[in-house]
Amino acid sequence: MHITINGKVYDAKPEQMVIEVARENGIYIPSLCYHPKIGKAGKCRVCVVEVEGIGGLQTSCTTQVSEGMKVVTNSENILEAQRMVVNLMLANGRHDCIKCEQNGDCELQDAAYYLGIENPPYQFGIIEPQIDDSAEMIQVDRSKCIECGRCVAACNNTVVNEVLEFGNRGFDTKIIFDNDLLMGESSCVQCGECVQICPVGALIDKRAIGKGRTWELDKVETVCPYCGVGCKLELHIDRKTDEIVRITGVEDSPTNEGMLCVKGRYGFDFVKSDERLTTPLIKENGKLREASWDEAITLVASKFNGIKKKFGSDAIAGLASAKVTNEENFVFQKLIRREVGTNNIDHCARL
Amino acid sequence: MRQNSKAFNRHGIITLKNVGKINPESIEDFIAHDGYIAFEKALFDMNEDEVIDEVKDSGLRGRGGAGFPTGLKWSFTAPLKVKDKFIICNADEGEPGTCKDRLIMEGDPHKLIEGILIAGYAVRANKGYIYIRGEYYLSIERLGKAIKDAYKHGYLGQKILETNFSFDLEIKVGGGAYVCGEETSLIESLEGKRGLPRFKPPFPGIAGLWQKPSVVNNVETLCNIPDIISKGGEWFRSFGTKKSTGTKIFMILGNVKNPGIIELPQGVTLRELIYEHGGGMEDDKELKCTLVGGAAGCFVGPDLLDIPMTIESLSEHGAALGSGSILVLKEGTNLIALMKNLMHFFKHESCGQCTPCRYGTEKLYRLICKISDDIARNKPDVNDLNEMLETAKMMQKTSLCALGQSPLMPLESAMKYCVIDEFKKRVIK
Amino acid sequence: MYKNICKNFEPKRDNLLLILHEIQDSHPQQYITKNAMKYVAEYLKISIAQVKGVISFYTMFSTTPRGKYLIRVCNSTACFIKGSDNVLEILNNILDLEKESITEDNLFSLETCSCLGVCGNAPVMMINKEVYGNLNEKKIKKIISDLKRGNK
Repeated sequence: MHITINGKVYDAKPEQMVIEVARENGIYIPSLCYHPKIGKAGKCRVCVVEVEGIGGLQTSCTTQVSEGMKVVTNSENILEAQRMVVNLMLANGRHDCIKCEQNGDCELQDAAYYLGIENPPYQFGIIEPQIDDSAEMIQVDRSKCIECGRCVAACNNTVVNEVLEFGNRGFDTKIIFDNDLLMGESSCVQCGECVQICPVGALIDKRAIGKGRTWELDKVETVCPYCGVGCKLELHIDRKTDEIVRITGVEDSPTNEGMLCVKGRYGFDFVKSDERLTTPLIKENGKLREASWDEAITLVASKFNGIKKKFGSDAIAGLASAKVTNEENFVFQKLIRREVGTNNIDHCARL
Repeated sequence: MRQNSKAFNRHGIITLKNVGKINPESIEDFIAHDGYIAFEKALFDMNEDEVIDEVKDSGLRGRGGAGFPTGLKWSFTAPLKVKDKFIICNADEGEPGTCKDRLIMEGDPHKLIEGILIAGYAVRANKGYIYIRGEYYLSIERLGKAIKDAYKHGYLGQKILETNFSFDLEIKVGGGAYVCGEETSLIESLEGKRGLPRFKPPFPGIAGLWQKPSVVNNVETLCNIPDIISKGGEWFRSFGTKKSTGTKIFMILGNVKNPGIIELPQGVTLRELIYEHGGGMEDDKELKCTLVGGAAGCFVGPDLLDIPMTIESLSEHGAALGSGSILVLKEGTNLIALMKNLMHFFKHESCGQCTPCRYGTEKLYRLICKISDDIARNKPDVNDLNEMLETAKMMQKTSLCALGQSPLMPLESAMKYCVIDEFKKRVIK
Repeated sequence: MYKNICKNFEPKRDNLLLILHEIQDSHPQQYITKNAMKYVAEYLKISIAQVKGVISFYTMFSTTPRGKYLIRVCNSTACFIKGSDNVLEILNNILDLEKESITEDNLFSLETCSCLGVCGNAPVMMINKEVYGNLNEKKIKKIISDLKRGNK
């Protein structure tokens, strides 16, 4: 299937929305509520385009492509409408980029930049920060919230924790946690999915505050060390100090689709902890001393062999870990069954 | 052929025919007044498509405000081969100055049930819901009793009148949200959620309640159905104009001698409504203008006194009929204050889902408050009015549902007719 | 109380509004308590946030106590033209309260609401389930004093 965007023909798949085709081909349409993970939204009304044959403006995140469709994304009529919508968002919030953690990675900033908006001509008065600092890992600043609803969709449909919802209506609409509690008092488990999907700086990683701006951070992909699921992580590392500033899930990872749990996202203290073990330790006369891997493994092997000889294979049992991968557990049971020669093997998740 | 409206003074023709005449709590009384005859005719003498054709032939258009042809709406849903299809009656009458549906539900509830049954039969639906505003306690009570009685008499339930047609009907109650009069937010509310409009397409006729095909019709619309079936589309077309057939319920309110509700053949003029049916202007003051169609309506001035009050003729003049509410305003009415009331209404009723409406309605209200204050100080700034107009235009272009698109119409028409004059008076000073 | 009300409805989400209305109407102070919300959420197997989201969306529901008599004054266009502002002012004076609040004896609370569909009798107000039209100062005073007398 083919559609035309701004006079150029592009390939499209029948179930795609116009905005998806545009993005695939590097055409920027400002949008705030749309995110591939939560699908059609149609709420923010920023991504409007003109479609030949349909009167008025259409939101490109809800308009499905059809053969021969002709779309314009950049007429003055469109830009003017987009400008007014973005201006209204800017009018009702404390959108000061200077100290905002999201600076450089903010979709509202991107939209305003694209539309050439400097200062919104209209303001709903002076808006003070409305910070909810009650939660362990996440800081909420309602004065930056644009009520796009991505976090609500993520919490209810993606991770299905069902903590977030919209409360009130109209101008008073706001995101609520449970029965309109502080985030820290709610049933939120701090998975951070809402932080990752927030297009602005309304939901941020508390511990990353002041630790470096987005463009100062190197991004390194890795696999979460905590459990056997193998979620793909992106570490955001301050290149000056080599410290991890924050961790996000990798959206296109088939394992976790961007989702993480509280440990994977926020449990990275251990990396540079003084108490972290970096070499094997051998206990001699009640005291631990550092040893090499060769020495340690040789010692363990000889002890196992000694026990096996004296008491038989069944005197030994193996307990596998949920923190390692399936492949590692497979190798481990081979070790126990074939080399040690016993079926005494179990898994910590059964305890 | 337009029948003389005077002859029907204060008596209903179709939808209000029984109101005030029969005992609304007695199904026997309704049956004695030819009740359920149309339904039986449809059920025994007509097939489903014939019913739809008759409704199409009548030219009936939705009476909720948008004026979509009813028969056509049904014909989208009827052929769909789906197990569950629904008829939803929109009784969330929230448009300010609109009280027609309440009158029917309280005065002739069985007529509505009969209309729903015929619609259900025609589109092969098996379940109906009447979504009534929470504030309409008496309507809920009366319809509740009427539904019970209809079950008892075998008009509702399984194998109705020993045919293969089964239909259940249930009342659902709103919680105080104007936006739930919009069909998709009404459906969301029916599902027990916040009444946020959905984007269309898909339209409810294809994927509505629980994503199943659902026909959403207004109370007045459905109450036209029994007579269309029993007397025929041609009979129905003998009332009204060529494009706006049948009758319409008008609410003549505000500064008239006899405010009230009246059902008249379509095509009646504003002059007739005010000076004949409304008894003329209160205290014999001059007419300043009228607000037609409620808050989402349009100011219509004395220059349009003699055009027919139909959807198509009003739209030629950039106006709309809406629900049929006509708020008559005498000379000397403070229109800025009225605009403030309207803008407060929109801001209060915006669902808050989409950006232009959530922030735009608030901005409009704040601007009109500023204008009102400035006028009191004799220093109105015409730029504020222009800013309002620009904002409303943008809202009209970009809002998700009709609510955000609505403020433009009253605003623009008010400026055309009168607000500008009030401005000029002060600015010149 | 609210547990018995829930029992009358199938535990399906589309019954949420009906359940909330009944719970609110059954409370002497016409509001929905936190415990009731929690119970309804469990009964319908939805999150408490979703219940709160619905309650805070619809203006008829309240999560704070109201008076025994809930006065709703229509302030839509037709009533506005006929002086609904005046009605509000009179009520505020008689009851000696600020707009949208409750009297000290918990007997009356005052709210504004959208069109009540009795526009022919504007201005109108509704007290609990009763509608009063064609209001003027004398009439309002009588209605309120009758209600007060009935409570002595």
